[in-house]
Amino acid sequence: MIEVKNILKSFENSDVLKEIETIFYRGKTNLIIGQSGSGKTVLLKCLLGLYEVDSGEIIYDGISSKKMNSDEKLDISRQMGMVFQGSALFDSMNVLENVRFPLDMLTKIDENEKNSRAMKFIERVNLKDAINKLPSELSGGMQKRVAIARAIVMNPKYLFCDEPNSGLDPKTAIVIDQLIQEITKEYNITTIINSHDMNSVIEIGENIVFLKEGYKIWQGNNKEVLKSRNKEVEDFVYSSELLKKLRN
Amino acid sequence: MNFLHDIGKYFLMIKISFSKSCKREILYKQIFKEINDLVLDSIQIVSILSFFIGGVVSIQMALSLENPLLSKTLIGYATRESVILEFAPTFISIIMAGKVGSYITSSIGTMRVTEQIDALEVMGINSLNYLVFPKIIAMLLSFRVITISMFLGIVGGLLAISLTGVPSEAYIQGIQMDFESYHVTYSYIKTLVFSFVLATVPSFHGYYMKGGALDVGKASTQSFYWTSIIIIILNYIITQLLLA
Repeated sequence: MIEVKNILKSFENSDVLKEIETIFYRGKTNLIIGQSGSGKTVLLKCLLGLYEVDSGEIIYDGISSKKMNSDEKLDISRQMGMVFQGSALFDSMNVLENVRFPLDMLTKIDENEKNSRAMKFIERVNLKDAINKLPSELSGGMQKRVAIARAIVMNPKYLFCDEPNSGLDPKTAIVIDQLIQEITKEYNITTIINSHDMNSVIEIGENIVFLKEGYKIWQGNNKEVLKSRNKEVEDFVYSSELLKKLRN
Repeated sequence: MNFLHDIGKYFLMIKISFSKSCKREILYKQIFKEINDLVLDSIQIVSILSFFIGGVVSIQMALSLENPLLSKTLIGYATRESVILEFAPTFISIIMAGKVGSYITSSIGTMRVTEQIDALEVMGINSLNYLVFPKIIAMLLSFRVITISMFLGIVGGLLAISLTGVPSEAYIQGIQMDFESYHVTYSYIKTLVFSFVLATVPSFHGYYMKGGALDVGKASTQSFYWTSIIIIILNYIITQLLLA
């Protein structure tokens, strides 16, 4: 579980995150949604520790970011996995090497153990037949699956996904969403997904945090978001004419 | 102010590259990979350029020394001094700034654009140590590449001069005349400093670049521009300190 307590983040006198207070639950797919420029990515980067917050605190399973020294921060960061928007796979490495990479860099286990652990997660994302392929030889959906396998190979407590289905066709996007949700349940991870895709919101949004202009406007789940009477949430959820018509 | 800020950032980058080291076996692997990519892959172009420039230098010397009162041995002497003192260390380093420097900037810049550097940081890996440190070590270990350049430059001069009708014995005598081994030491010291610049300045431009694919190209151009300028300025300072 990650608790966010009254955090504030600004860049060059412009406040990007303002008094954000929320909880992201373990074993649930937590979604941060909002329009472009609402502060989603900055919030995700603060949770990842890539940005320091100006004030407030982030509490990772009872451990406050305020009280952590650099070694403790490193320890927490090694309990995190991240799926980037563009997958961020290492171009010169094949699928197996990409998934094995965190094990090579951060563990002292022997080669066979590394390979079997990497293979276990590659099989979990159904890419057993593509282990020798380079990222350039994979489709967008396959790249995302490799990125997911790499993110969970260290058995992280926290999984962060930045727009995991951007650039994918709707069918593949749902496959990726469902895979993330299954993995969240299977390994009991605190998963936080940054998204503005309404399909994902409806499909896997167990805990949704809605941001607008740096403020948390609303929080609820995928059933509640469709019925919300909050003006900003309504504008976001029913932004397309088709959805408006369906609703009416 | 931005300039001073960038200088500070450059030195901080070097400091971080040498701290919080990755696993030793990973670094060894990376260093050997970088030696292959940055140094061994450059030997061909260094050899071709050195051979032909050595030839051109000796022909130009022969033209300048047509006076019968001047000994033909001076052609070999002048070619040797030009190649050892200036051509091999400085010009080869500037050529390397174009080849190796743009490769370093574009490879690290592409990793930045495609979030691969962010991925390393999120994993808790010191990305500067993983990406920049092996390049510094590979370049520093391989500064002796200029030995090839010195040798081929002088041999190129010999072959070119023999085609102009000047006796090759005079050229060989010239290259042995008044030989100062300190000049070779000076040349190696210069190359060692330039190698460090060649690894770090392009890395800086790649690592801290912002934007997309187009900006990777711009960063490579900037990296060549600054690497060349820094090499030329350092060339003057080192020469002033060691030879003046």
